[in-house]
Amino acid sequence: MIRVDGRSDSQSLIRVRGLNKTYSRGGEKIQVLQGLNLDVDKGDFVAFMGPSGSGKTTLLNLLGGLDVPSAGSITVDGDEITHMAASKLTQWRARHVGFIFQMYNLIPVLTAFQNVELPLLLTKLSKSERRKHVETALGVVGLTDRMHHYPRQLSGGQEQRVTIARAIVSDPTFLLCDEPTGDLDRKSADEIMAIIDELVGKYSKTILMVTHDPVIAARAHTTLHLDKGVLVEGKTSRESVLAGGAS
Amino acid sequence: MKFSRLIFANLFRKKARLILTIGSFAIALVLFTFLAVVKSAFSRGTEIAGADRLIVVSRIGLMQLMPISYRDKILAVPGVRAVTHNHWFGGVYQDEKNFFPQFVIDPENQRKVMTELVVPEDQWNNFLKDRQGAIAGARTAARFHWKIGDRIPIKTTLYGGGSSEFNLDGIYHSERPGGDEGQFWLQWKYFDENAPALVKSTAGWYVVKLNSPDDAVRVAKAIDEKFANSSFETKTETESAFAAGFAKQFGNIELLIVTIGGVVFFTLLLVTGNTMAISVRERTSELAVLKAIGFSGRAVLCFVLAESVIIALFGGFLGLALAYLAIPVIGIALTGLLPPLILSKSLLTLGVGFALFVGAVSGLLPGIGAMRLRVVNALRRV
Repeated sequence: MIRVDGRSDSQSLIRVRGLNKTYSRGGEKIQVLQGLNLDVDKGDFVAFMGPSGSGKTTLLNLLGGLDVPSAGSITVDGDEITHMAASKLTQWRARHVGFIFQMYNLIPVLTAFQNVELPLLLTKLSKSERRKHVETALGVVGLTDRMHHYPRQLSGGQEQRVTIARAIVSDPTFLLCDEPTGDLDRKSADEIMAIIDELVGKYSKTILMVTHDPVIAARAHTTLHLDKGVLVEGKTSRESVLAGGAS
Repeated sequence: MKFSRLIFANLFRKKARLILTIGSFAIALVLFTFLAVVKSAFSRGTEIAGADRLIVVSRIGLMQLMPISYRDKILAVPGVRAVTHNHWFGGVYQDEKNFFPQFVIDPENQRKVMTELVVPEDQWNNFLKDRQGAIAGARTAARFHWKIGDRIPIKTTLYGGGSSEFNLDGIYHSERPGGDEGQFWLQWKYFDENAPALVKSTAGWYVVKLNSPDDAVRVAKAIDEKFANSSFETKTETESAFAAGFAKQFGNIELLIVTIGGVVFFTLLLVTGNTMAISVRERTSELAVLKAIGFSGRAVLCFVLAESVIIALFGGFLGLALAYLAIPVIGIALTGLLPPLILSKSLLTLGVGFALFVGAVSGLLPGIGAMRLRVVNALRRV
């Protein structure tokens, strides 16, 4: 159940309370997020939409422990991450967060297999165990036959599938997707979304996704709109699409 | 080890740049090693000098001769065990380029004082019996492919000129590592008989063997006091001080070498540092992703440092290998102009240490930059 009113009593997987983020730019203070509340349960799939500069990616960065809020708290699976030391936060990210970026951000000098293996290098898994995990992850995204290809030898859609495999290989608590289909054509975008749907439906993954595309957002359980730094709970994503798309 | 694939993959990302950087590192290492070898050659005299030996020269200068009668007077000074004397012969073998030092020695006392320079007994006995006999250092004999029994023609430029032929009766070796095996010894009696009147019954310098190195200061003072206010005043110093003073005649070699070495060091630092800075800058987003997925800043720093140290080691080993091959060739080409050039194990170790140090230092700044990289900024997303 996804709520933005901050009144949830249940122990949500992700619990955000009074989140503020302010940037200073040329002496001017820009408040990107203002007292934002959010509750996301395990297995939820939520899409964030909103105009450019509304703070969607900032929210994703804060939820992923890549940035520090100006005020408020974020609790994930009982861990309050907003006051964690940088080194502990890094370890936390490795264990709990899988990132899927718009521009894939694969290491070009490593093969698909080696790229997917990267997060596992931080674990104590043996080489053979790592291989098993990587092959499983690449199997989920349907790229077992391309595991020894370099990113330059893959299409955009295939690169994004490698990114997804890298994000899920360590079985993180939740996935953060920043415009995962933003750089893809419709067919490839559909393929990626099919994989994401499978991750939610079959593997009960919790996914938070930023997108500009209402069709893509419609695949999520819920779409939340960010406007002027606050989250507005909308209709379900499918209703939103039928009603005419995002704001 | 599990990170080695990532490190090496990044290292070989731009092969042309890697080869050029390793090449420049190798060339700089050759230059560094050559400078270190030259410095070592000039300072070797002080390193191998006997701690229990003094050198007595004329107070006026090394080329000023002293009476041969000083030998017994020096021997009488308490604390002196043995005294021998030398002359600089200053001859030319075939061509002036074939320089090697020729000393007129005192056969009676040479081996009592210069104990580390060893001649086989039968060869030494032949030398004693042969007024025109000569003994060559092993390096000089090898250089000119001499063998015992050869006649060695030497044209002298001092003492009125003229040419003489000497019989090679023996070959000496030094028992000390890096010892001087380049000398050529002649008999003092034969030299004295043929010397001009002014040179007769003289010695160029005396070498004094002490009972104990602890006596050096006292004995040196006593010798100089003994000949004070005479026509031939002396200046006595330890062999190492004498060797250091001799090396200084060539100018401040050490300063020159340290200056050039410093320039090499900083140039290398800039070349490698620049390579690493460019390498880090062009994969900022990749480093940011590594940090995002859980690699610590320290791990990223280690990756960058590992890359620069590997470049430095590749370049360093290549440079040292080139130096190992080139220095003997250069040494032969410069024989006579420079002391023997020896690339010792300690210099090779120093070269590896130098490479490691430059590698670590040059990777440090780009590495710290990568370590401090803010993921959010690096991904260029707000």
